[in-house]
Amino acid sequence: MSAQTRPETVGDREHAGPRAGRRARGVTGVLLLLVGLATVVGWGLGSGPGDATFSFGGGTVVTLPDLTLPGTVTPVLLGGVVALLGLYQLARGFSSRRTPLVAGVAVVAFVLAFLAWAMSGGEGSSIDLVRLLRSTVFLATPLILGALAGVLGERSGIVNVAIEGQLLTGAFTAALVGSLAGSLGAGVVGGVLSGAVVGWLLAVFAIRYRVNQVILGVVLNAAALGFTGWAYKALMQSDTARFNSPGVLQPVAIPVLSEIPVLGPLLFEANVVVYLMYVLIVALQVVLFRTRWGLRTRAVGEHPKAADTVGVPVLRMRYVNVVVAGGMAGLGGAFLSVGTIGPFTENMSAGKGFIALAAVIFGRWTPKGAVAASLLFGFFAALQTLVGVLPYGSSVPASFLSALPYLATIFAVAGFVGRVRPPAASGEPYPA
Amino acid sequence: MSTDAPATPVQPPAGTPRRRRPTAGGEWLVTVFAVIGALLVGAVLIAVGDARTRAAAGYFFTYPWDTFSNAWYAVRDAYVALLEGAVYSPVLSGAAALGPISETLVNATPLILGGLAVALAFRVGLFNIGAQGQVILGAIAAAWLGFAFDLPVVLHLLVALVGGVLGGAFWGGIVGWLKARTGAHEVITTIMLNYVAINLLIFLLGVPGFQRPPYGQAISEQVDASATLPPLLGGPLRVHAGLLLALLAALGVHWLFQRARLGFRLRAVGANADAARTAGMDVGRLQVVAMGLSGALAGLAGASQVLGVSGSVTGSVAGSIGFDAITVALLGRNNPWGVVAAGLLFGGLRAGGVQMQSATGVPVDLVGVLQALIVLFIAAPALVRAVFRLRAGGRGVGTELAGGWSR
Repeated sequence: MSAQTRPETVGDREHAGPRAGRRARGVTGVLLLLVGLATVVGWGLGSGPGDATFSFGGGTVVTLPDLTLPGTVTPVLLGGVVALLGLYQLARGFSSRRTPLVAGVAVVAFVLAFLAWAMSGGEGSSIDLVRLLRSTVFLATPLILGALAGVLGERSGIVNVAIEGQLLTGAFTAALVGSLAGSLGAGVVGGVLSGAVVGWLLAVFAIRYRVNQVILGVVLNAAALGFTGWAYKALMQSDTARFNSPGVLQPVAIPVLSEIPVLGPLLFEANVVVYLMYVLIVALQVVLFRTRWGLRTRAVGEHPKAADTVGVPVLRMRYVNVVVAGGMAGLGGAFLSVGTIGPFTENMSAGKGFIALAAVIFGRWTPKGAVAASLLFGFFAALQTLVGVLPYGSSVPASFLSALPYLATIFAVAGFVGRVRPPAASGEPYPA
Repeated sequence: MSTDAPATPVQPPAGTPRRRRPTAGGEWLVTVFAVIGALLVGAVLIAVGDARTRAAAGYFFTYPWDTFSNAWYAVRDAYVALLEGAVYSPVLSGAAALGPISETLVNATPLILGGLAVALAFRVGLFNIGAQGQVILGAIAAAWLGFAFDLPVVLHLLVALVGGVLGGAFWGGIVGWLKARTGAHEVITTIMLNYVAINLLIFLLGVPGFQRPPYGQAISEQVDASATLPPLLGGPLRVHAGLLLALLAALGVHWLFQRARLGFRLRAVGANADAARTAGMDVGRLQVVAMGLSGALAGLAGASQVLGVSGSVTGSVAGSIGFDAITVALLGRNNPWGVVAAGLLFGGLRAGGVQMQSATGVPVDLVGVLQALIVLFIAAPALVRAVFRLRAGGRGVGTELAGGWSR
């Protein structure tokens, strides 16, 4: 949309010329080539004698057969594919619209090759892909909700670095209200509302008091961390039964959909927060790009003065969007506590808000992009817990896997995976 | 947007009458009232967290006085303990009487260094959220040089310190380089590098040679005595020579921005990058230098923690220094001596918070709330003026920063 017509910024003018574009293409190509070769050499030639078996979970009606692949040939082939993509990128170049797809193929190939390698160290080890993806969705849920909040805020021109604080506050309030009211539903609502309150604070200080939004986000995070930590020790620890035993939201299988072989157990045997998340993903994507409200939101985020001139209430749009976004992040927080383990623990968001922020940028400020990025990050988190039990898995430091998403984000923002363009007025107070 | 509305360093906040120049006195008043406001909010939290007050609130309408008196006692005891833990306690005598001050200074040292790091970057228009990662890199480098090599007494300490500085400078320099070469926004890259740094640390803490035998715990080898920062007062008092380094660093930053040609250029980039470029300055290179210097200061903070306080590295070696440093820089208004004062204040709050928790049971996390509120209030001077009905002008902090991602 209007990202293309946005006036070039200082940084862009210097760096995003055709020369820089070619260089970024070259870097991407070399990167793909290197990943491909590393896959062939590291995972392929370095593999053991065993086979790699991928199973597909227990479908209730249809069970898919296990897929057993040779442990050496598979990584070599997959690595070859990635290397070929890199060569093509160097020679001809993929169009920028294809870049996410190419990157996705490369990531999937790399990960499958890695898994095949990790299993090849011994006989008879297998990975249940459905279980892996299930825990991916599970781990990605708070990230997705946080990232959706980030997208909505930034599209209307407010940078939300406080996602972390909103997740934490949401988790805390959900556990507290859930315990006091004796109702998990009330807890979830409480979590949403508390996230919205943090969003409101963000909006008031950013819009009315014109505080620099990144600073504001950092400060709100610190406040949320301090406040929930204080309340956890002052209230919850002294009387856990009363203040911090909300129980856990149980998964609800959706009657027909959960019977679908792979997708059923993957997507439709989750708790209510996950289902709400599905709705929110679709709703946000539609609202942002197919409705008048979305058009106005994007206008306010790209060029508030123009929007103001044609009568769009800039500040009101921003207030509403940021508060609603806060509610989404609060829902993500509720998932962390009552949706996952029940009680609140100190600093239980543990940086997930910052990963969500990375997903916003990685996903190029679109809901579907943010969801894809969140799933990718969730996948690496799920992989980390799973790889340790595989024959070769323990030889890969877990910290390497957990650092990958962050490194990938750095590559993405550095433009090695194609330019990312923020909404033009994101972070700018209005009126200027 | 950036081309037609470059960031102006001095910009009166909306809703205030335009004054010719914001006065320093106004800024002081705002700071003082921000602290008072934060303490008032903190008092409410203490009262709510107090079990007796909550019990008394149960029969509030039959006998309201109990609620208020209990709340008052809880708040008074907590803040008195805070003060005693930070400054002076009448129960302690002799050398122990200096204990609270010593603890305040120990806590203030990394905050001052980290605060200087963040403030230096702020002055150049860069937001360094990555002090945390740079502290970690500094700690790793200093610890490794401190235990892996056998060197003479003074030299060993110097090598370890320089290693810590270079470690942090490298981590910060990456950010500056990415910004200059690709336009990648430093807020994102620093946040990501924080996580890369912590993962690197966790990885190293599992590697024999870095990890301390018998490899049961995630803790590094002990730094040699020849590489430790000497204590300043001795005895049980923990305050160490890192404090002097912090003060020297403040002097250095002051000199850089007031006297040095490089500092002038850096400030020019911070004030208006376009103008600096037009004047022939290599903005990209200056950004790399600024992030390198900023990382160097943060790395020194990490080195000072390892060589002066802990003697080894664990997963929590950086604590929350990197994030507290942001609040210190903001409270100090990016001025080196302001940062020293802010570091002392927050160091005192930290030291006092520990005493408050042990004496009255009010969780030390309250200090985090106070810290955040103080900064929130001084970042929104219009709010403080409205609440306390102040008249003087004074601008919010961080106005030299770009607002969004795109610049």
